[in-house]
Amino acid sequence: MSTTQPTTTVGQAANFAETRVGASVLVREFGRKIFPSHWSFMLGEVALYSFIIVILSGTFLTFFFTPAMGEMHYEGPWAPLRGVEISEAYNSTLAISFEIRGGLFIRQMHHWGALLFVAALSIHMLRVFFTGAFRRPRELNWIVGVLLVIMGMAAGFTGYSLPDDLLSGNGLRIIDGIVKSLPLVGTYLSFFIFGGEFPGTDIVARLYSLHIMIVPALLIALIGIHLVFVVVHKHTQYPGSGNTEKNVVGEPVLPTFAAKGGGFFFLIFGLISLISALFTINPIWNYGPYDPSPVSAGTQPDWYIGWADGFLRIVPGWLEFYIAGWPISLNINSAVIVMGGVFGAMFIYPFFESWLLKDKREHHILDRPRNNPTRTAIGVAGVVFYCNMWAAASGDIIAVFFQMSLNDMIYIYRILFFVGPILGYMITKRMCIALQRKDREIALHGRETANIIRLPHGEFLERHEALPPHKLWKLTAFESPSYTPAEPNADGKITGLEKFRARLSKFFFEDRVAPVTKQELEASHHDHDSVESGDHKEIGH
Amino acid sequence: MALVVLLLVGLLLTGGAYALFTQTSSAKAETASSSDIEEGQKLFVANCATCHGLSGEGSKAGPGLIGVGAAAVDFQVGTGRMPLQANGPQARAKEPQFNDEQTAQLAAYVASLGPGPAIPEEENLDGSKGDPAAGGSLFRANCAMCHNVVGAGGALTRGKYAPNLEDVSDKHIYEAMQTGPQNMPIFNDANLTPDDKRDVIAYVNEVTETPSPGGFKLGSLGPVAEGLFIWFFGLSAVIGLTVWLSSRSK
Repeated sequence: MSTTQPTTTVGQAANFAETRVGASVLVREFGRKIFPSHWSFMLGEVALYSFIIVILSGTFLTFFFTPAMGEMHYEGPWAPLRGVEISEAYNSTLAISFEIRGGLFIRQMHHWGALLFVAALSIHMLRVFFTGAFRRPRELNWIVGVLLVIMGMAAGFTGYSLPDDLLSGNGLRIIDGIVKSLPLVGTYLSFFIFGGEFPGTDIVARLYSLHIMIVPALLIALIGIHLVFVVVHKHTQYPGSGNTEKNVVGEPVLPTFAAKGGGFFFLIFGLISLISALFTINPIWNYGPYDPSPVSAGTQPDWYIGWADGFLRIVPGWLEFYIAGWPISLNINSAVIVMGGVFGAMFIYPFFESWLLKDKREHHILDRPRNNPTRTAIGVAGVVFYCNMWAAASGDIIAVFFQMSLNDMIYIYRILFFVGPILGYMITKRMCIALQRKDREIALHGRETANIIRLPHGEFLERHEALPPHKLWKLTAFESPSYTPAEPNADGKITGLEKFRARLSKFFFEDRVAPVTKQELEASHHDHDSVESGDHKEIGH
Repeated sequence: MALVVLLLVGLLLTGGAYALFTQTSSAKAETASSSDIEEGQKLFVANCATCHGLSGEGSKAGPGLIGVGAAAVDFQVGTGRMPLQANGPQARAKEPQFNDEQTAQLAAYVASLGPGPAIPEEENLDGSKGDPAAGGSLFRANCAMCHNVVGAGGALTRGKYAPNLEDVSDKHIYEAMQTGPQNMPIFNDANLTPDDKRDVIAYVNEVTETPSPGGFKLGSLGPVAEGLFIWFFGLSAVIGLTVWLSSRSK
C-alpha cells in the first residue's frame, strides 16, 4: 500500500479498485498473460462470442415467448394460418416474428448465432485435435470441450423444439421414438418425459426450463472452467524458432489481445446481424402448427443433430428382432450406441495416445498435422464417418438436386459408412507421409529456385536455395514419436495388454518419416556449398 | 335360372346407375366441336399413338387413355411432360411442345374416347375466393409429405420426385389433384371438393407469392440449406476475419 493518497479522479478510482478487490494482482496475473497470434487460435473465441450473442438475443425472446401448449385460434397477421387451431407457444413465436418490433430479427440472430456457435465449436475442436493440443496437461480441458459440444447440441435441440411448429414436433417425435426403443424402460421414460402419451401438453414447458436455465447454466459453467484452464495451462503455440516448451511467444492480454478480442467480438456480432437481417432461418410460419399426422418432405433437424438423423435414415430395418415376443429395436436405438461411441472415443483419445506412446510429458508446442500421420489419419477417418452420416440426413434433398435415386443414395451411404473412414485413413496417412518426405527434401536440398544453369560442358543444373534458418527450424525441429516395443512390468513380466500396446504402437509408427538430423543437414550443406560456390564463379564471369 | 337372370339384371342396373351417376359428376359439359376432335385425332396419331395406341387403347410402352379425360391431357401436354422426352423414373416438365389450341384439340379427342375429368372451370381456380388457411391445413395433411410444406418439392423412391409448385399455374395444380399424374395420388371430388381444391390453390399462391418476411428464403428447403449456408458462408467469413486479424503488417 502506498502511503500517499492519490489526488486525481483516475488515481482515486484505481485506488478504490485496488483496496477493494486487489485489482493490481488481477492485472498482473491475467493482464500479462501471453496469447500467441495465429488465425486458428481464434476459432474458440468465435464460439464464445456467438454464445454471448445467443444469450443476449435469447434473453430478449424470453420476454415474449409463452411456454404453454393451451389451444387457441390464430388471429394474427399471417394469412395462411388465420383461424387455424394452434398452441400458445406457436402463437407467441408467430407474434415474436410478426408483431413484436424487431422480434423476427432477434429470433433469426438467436438461431443463426446458435448454428454458428456449434459450427465454431466443431472447427475449434478439430484444430485442437489435429495439432495435438489435447495432450498433457490439457486432457481435462479437452474433456470439458467435448462436454461443451454435447451441451451445445442439447441447447440447440431443446430450443429447436420450443416453437411447437410442425418441424419441431417431427423432431420431438424422433426423440420419442428413440426413447421408446430403449429396452424395458423406454415406454415408461417416454411417458415420464411427455407427461403421458406423446405429444401431451407438458413438453414445451419442460423443455423451456431446460433451455433457458439448466443447459445455459451448465454451458456457462463449462465455458468458465474451459477459460480458467486456458489461463492456468498457458496457451499452446506452433513450432517455430524461439518457441519452446518453456515459453509462450505472443501478445499480452492487456492491451493488445484484449483490444483485438473486443474488436473481434463486434465483428462477429456484425456478421451474425448481417446474416440474420438478410437470410430467413426456421420460417416457422411456413411449417404450421404441430399435429402428429403430417410430416413435410425435407424434414431435417438443425445441422448438428443431422449426423444422428442420417444414421437413422441409413440403418436397415431388419436390425429389429424379437426375443420371446419382446421387440429389440436395434434399428432405432443403435443411434444411441453410435452417438455414445463417437463421444466416448473423443473422451478417451488423449489418454489412449499417452498410454500408447508411454508419454507422460507436458506438451506446449503443437504438432503440424503432417508430423503425426496416424493421428491425423484417425482424425480424418472420424470426420469422414461423421460427414457421411451427416450427408445421409440430407439424402432426399441431394437426390432431387442431382436427379439420383433416393434408394441408391442410401446404399451408397451404407457402403461409405464402413468403407469411407478406411479410405479416409489410408489416403490421409499417405498424404501426410508424402508431405513429410517433401519437407525432408526441402530441408536437405533447399528450395527449388527455377534458375537453370548450364555448365561449360553442357550439363544443366537447377539451383537450389538454402532455407532461412527459421524456416529450416519449422521443417526439422519436431517431435516424432517412434515405435516402442513391449516392456516388462515391475515383476519382469510382459502382460497381454502391453503386447497389445506394442502391436498398436507398431501400427502407428512403423512407417514414420524421421525428422532430418543435424548430421544429415551438415552433410547435405557440405555438398551444396561446393556446387553453389562453383556456380557463382561461372556466373560471375 | 330365373334367379340368375334376376341377379344379372339387378347387378347390371346398379352398376349402370353407378356408372351413370359418377359420369354426371365428373364429365362436365363438353364444348368441343367435332372439328377439334378430328384435328386432335390427327395430332394424337402423329405424336402419341406410338406408345398410347392408335385409338388410345394403350400398349406395352404406355397406358391406355380411354377415360382419363381432358384434364389429364391438358396437364400432361400443357406442362410439356408429354410427349415424353426420355424414358426415366418419371416424365419431367419441359417447354410445351404444342400450343394452346393444339393442346385443346388433343384434349378434346382424348375426352371423346371415354368420359373423364374435364378441364376445370375458371370459377374453381380463382384463388382469391379461396381460404388459404383452410387450404394450408389440407395441404399439410395431403400434399406436404411429398411437396414440402410450402411446395418446394421433395424426393420419392427410385429417382421419382414431387416437383416444386412455385411456377405451376392454378389450372395445372387443379388438374394434377384431379387426375393424379405420374406418382401422384388422385384427389377426386369426393376426396377434396372443388372448393377444397380452390383453397389449396389459394394456399400455394399465398405462400409462393408472398415475399419472405425473414429475408432470402434459401430455397425454402429447411435446416439443410441453413446448415450449408452457415458452414460455407458463415464460417468462411469467420475464417477470413480471423486471418485478417492475426495478420501482421509487412
